[in-house]
Amino acid sequence: MVKETKLNLPLSRDLLEKLAECQEIELDDVEIEIEEIEFDIGGGGGGFNTQMMQRMAFEFSVMRDSANRMVQMFGGAPMTAPMPQQIQPIAPVKAKPTQLIPATTTVPDLEYVGEVVEVKLGATKSEGGTRSVSYTIGGEKAPAFYNFHTKPKNRPVIALDVFDWPKVKLSKAVKMHFREVLEDTGEWAKICVDKYGAEMINLHLLTIDPLIEDAPPKEAVKTVEEVVEAVDVPITIGGCGDPHKDLAVFTAISEKIQGERLLINSVTLDMDIEKSGKLIKEYDNTVIAFTSMDVNKARELNRKLYDYVDKNQILMDTTTAALGYGLDYAFTVMERSRLAALKGDPELNHPLSSGTTNAWAAREAWMKMGPEFDPRELRGPIWETITGQTLLLAGVDYFMMMHPAAVKALKEMIDNLMNGANPTEPTDWVSIKVGGS
Amino acid sequence: MPAKELSPIEIYKMLPGTNCKECGETNCMAFAAKLVNREATLEECKPLLEPDFADAYANLWALLKPAVKAVEIGVEENAITIGGEYVLYRHEFTYFHQPAIAVDVTDEMSDEEFNTRIHVLNDFTYNYIGMDLTLDILSVRCTSGDSAVFAEAIQKADELTRKPLMLIAHDPVVMEAGLKIVAEKRPLMHGATKENWKEMAELSLQYSCPLVAYASNDLDTLKSLALTLREYGIEDIVIDPGTQPTAYMEKNINNYTILRWDAINEEEEGLGYPIMGSPMAAWAVEEEDPVLNEWNEAVLAGILITRFADMMVIHGISGWSLLPQIILRSNIYTDPRKPVSVEPELVVMGTPNEESPVLLTTNFALTYYTVANDIENAKIDGYLLVVDSEGMSVESAVAGRKMTADTVAEAIKDSKVEDLVKHRNIIIPGRSARLSGEIQEESGWSVSVGPLDSSGIPSYLSEKWNPYPE
Repeated sequence: MVKETKLNLPLSRDLLEKLAECQEIELDDVEIEIEEIEFDIGGGGGGFNTQMMQRMAFEFSVMRDSANRMVQMFGGAPMTAPMPQQIQPIAPVKAKPTQLIPATTTVPDLEYVGEVVEVKLGATKSEGGTRSVSYTIGGEKAPAFYNFHTKPKNRPVIALDVFDWPKVKLSKAVKMHFREVLEDTGEWAKICVDKYGAEMINLHLLTIDPLIEDAPPKEAVKTVEEVVEAVDVPITIGGCGDPHKDLAVFTAISEKIQGERLLINSVTLDMDIEKSGKLIKEYDNTVIAFTSMDVNKARELNRKLYDYVDKNQILMDTTTAALGYGLDYAFTVMERSRLAALKGDPELNHPLSSGTTNAWAAREAWMKMGPEFDPRELRGPIWETITGQTLLLAGVDYFMMMHPAAVKALKEMIDNLMNGANPTEPTDWVSIKVGGS
Repeated sequence: MPAKELSPIEIYKMLPGTNCKECGETNCMAFAAKLVNREATLEECKPLLEPDFADAYANLWALLKPAVKAVEIGVEENAITIGGEYVLYRHEFTYFHQPAIAVDVTDEMSDEEFNTRIHVLNDFTYNYIGMDLTLDILSVRCTSGDSAVFAEAIQKADELTRKPLMLIAHDPVVMEAGLKIVAEKRPLMHGATKENWKEMAELSLQYSCPLVAYASNDLDTLKSLALTLREYGIEDIVIDPGTQPTAYMEKNINNYTILRWDAINEEEEGLGYPIMGSPMAAWAVEEEDPVLNEWNEAVLAGILITRFADMMVIHGISGWSLLPQIILRSNIYTDPRKPVSVEPELVVMGTPNEESPVLLTTNFALTYYTVANDIENAKIDGYLLVVDSEGMSVESAVAGRKMTADTVAEAIKDSKVEDLVKHRNIIIPGRSARLSGEIQEESGWSVSVGPLDSSGIPSYLSEKWNPYPE
């Protein structure tokens, strides 16, 4: 069947004649509209005529070339589609799938050569101390809670802060839980363990601060003895931040209270590393190597400590900043350190420690705000919880915390991540009945 | 496709090399550097759009495209982009698009509840370091199962908010009833399941709306759906692996981590789509007090923000639970390549005279803005001396010895504040109290220790400050 050739150009004879006189034509405001082009590509006996198709593909590419030249002549941008290098038979239009294409998700195949060292905190009677429990932390072979690869070997541990100075500035939401025990450090420690589920006590010896009471080391020893007596969990000894005073106090405590595998919080780059290191080693205690948000500084401090201390005596604390106040830095420095350790960096493969209490430095955690942000009693602890759990995902192994509700929430989070429960019936959030109906 | 680590040289070699400056850069190498940092788009290079460079353009485009597709929901100035990410860990590059937060309403809610929730979505805002943090999307869920009821809810929603919509109905007939009303606003459709995918795919094509693939806690089916929808011709896909309540947190973390890891690292394509999460799964559990549901929801949201969600649906709308969520996502999605610090300098607050107070702070942006706002709001005239703490807050800077008596003394001297005030008494932040003696020694100024938090500055100045202590 042969169709009549049709060519309908709506140009008047007049115009065509005028055009013929010109060498160059400039067109302004021209629109070319093509509504529909119909092709009949049936061969004599029906079906595709490959030859014809190839020919047409060729014609089309020629058309596009000239169209491009035209567009450029008119000052427009050319078509950007790639030019066909060769004329290929046109593939038939892809049919829509009629059933689901089967697929299997790839479980990431990760290879980590590094491993975080394990550190034991506290000592039970059989281990030479008097604690009813000791903890081993660290030992990771994968990023935090990549449980599809490796389940964490050890559970992160949570300590509660206890201060030896009743005038310590605490937010209202925190203070209400400790009002009865502010004057009695031993009782304070006890309430943390018995009532609020502290796994360790993080004792801050604020009174030794030359700017507070400048209490002598032997006073500090007495306070520690009280706490050791009051509770049977492992204990962390926190200094006041004065490099000289802290070392003097740590020395007195190490000499007097032996066998408990205390955690010394902390050793910093501006302390006497040799004396501090030898002290930790000699009395078989453990230490937090504290640096301020700098992976290289963390490496440097660890390297210096290695001269005196065994690797499995060191935790590293790269500084915790509160949610909204630099948490992103804190998170990333920890995440980078941990990933470097897993890739084999031998100077960063230590359990991570976090002073999660710093969350309360955020004014949103304690400040009176508009009624739409009430109550403060929830806003504070959720602030500490989210600060803590975010760093849990960066790899923190040891948390120092403050608010009982935040401690409870983070413990629950750790439980849920360690237990790995699988729902029998997946939750369909779409059909949840909630809200008025 | 794995996110390639690109060097500017690699990109430079493929550019036309005309150094024509049409892109606004001084040369092609500078433009290449911008491209690598995703601060420029290929289309800004005009010569590259010439037919001769078509291959180079196509190759560059493939190299530079994100591992996670960027999907736009909504239209014009109200549109929001989710996904468009390149890396698994933020320090490897940066994250680009904060997870959008969608607020849940259903077609069975009372008018009052429906309207209140939309009101919160529209108006909730919190100013944080000079940014207004807000909520993003309205999620309208069909729980009635009735087309007419759903259509009516969509109609109301469309009238009450300009924010983009997500339509949730798994019955294609109901979905179409909603689409007929708002399709031109390009809502996100939720979604295609293994039962209804064909009908949903047709609707997505017919109405040109992005579509969610949904399989709760079943990654294989989810991938299968995503691949099938793409094959069907749908380009804008969002994947929803379902979110389980907090008791199954390990499952959640596994699912989201595997999905994003595969998108970034797998050679085969298939999961390179934005992932959606539903912290509101916390409301599926019966708790004694709804406060616990909302608490758990905030906790879940926190985890999903940190672990790769590109969009989240929440039910709780209390300020105490929203605030940590929007600040966390702002933190995690801050560009780690750019220091969050301000210029260390002497800032003039109000119109001070030679008796006005001089206050010290650090150049961590957040510290600076907080302090400056407090001073401004109290209409205090004075000088704020911003010391270079390498972008750290006061507490960290003191602990990390980034702010020392030396650096403070130097800052006082360099600022020439001594020419501006007659007194020699500087107010230092309460959290740097331990430096007071040393600063006094190093600088020769007397030192007053200010409040622990800058919200206490106004009362401190009116009650305690004396420029000439004895």
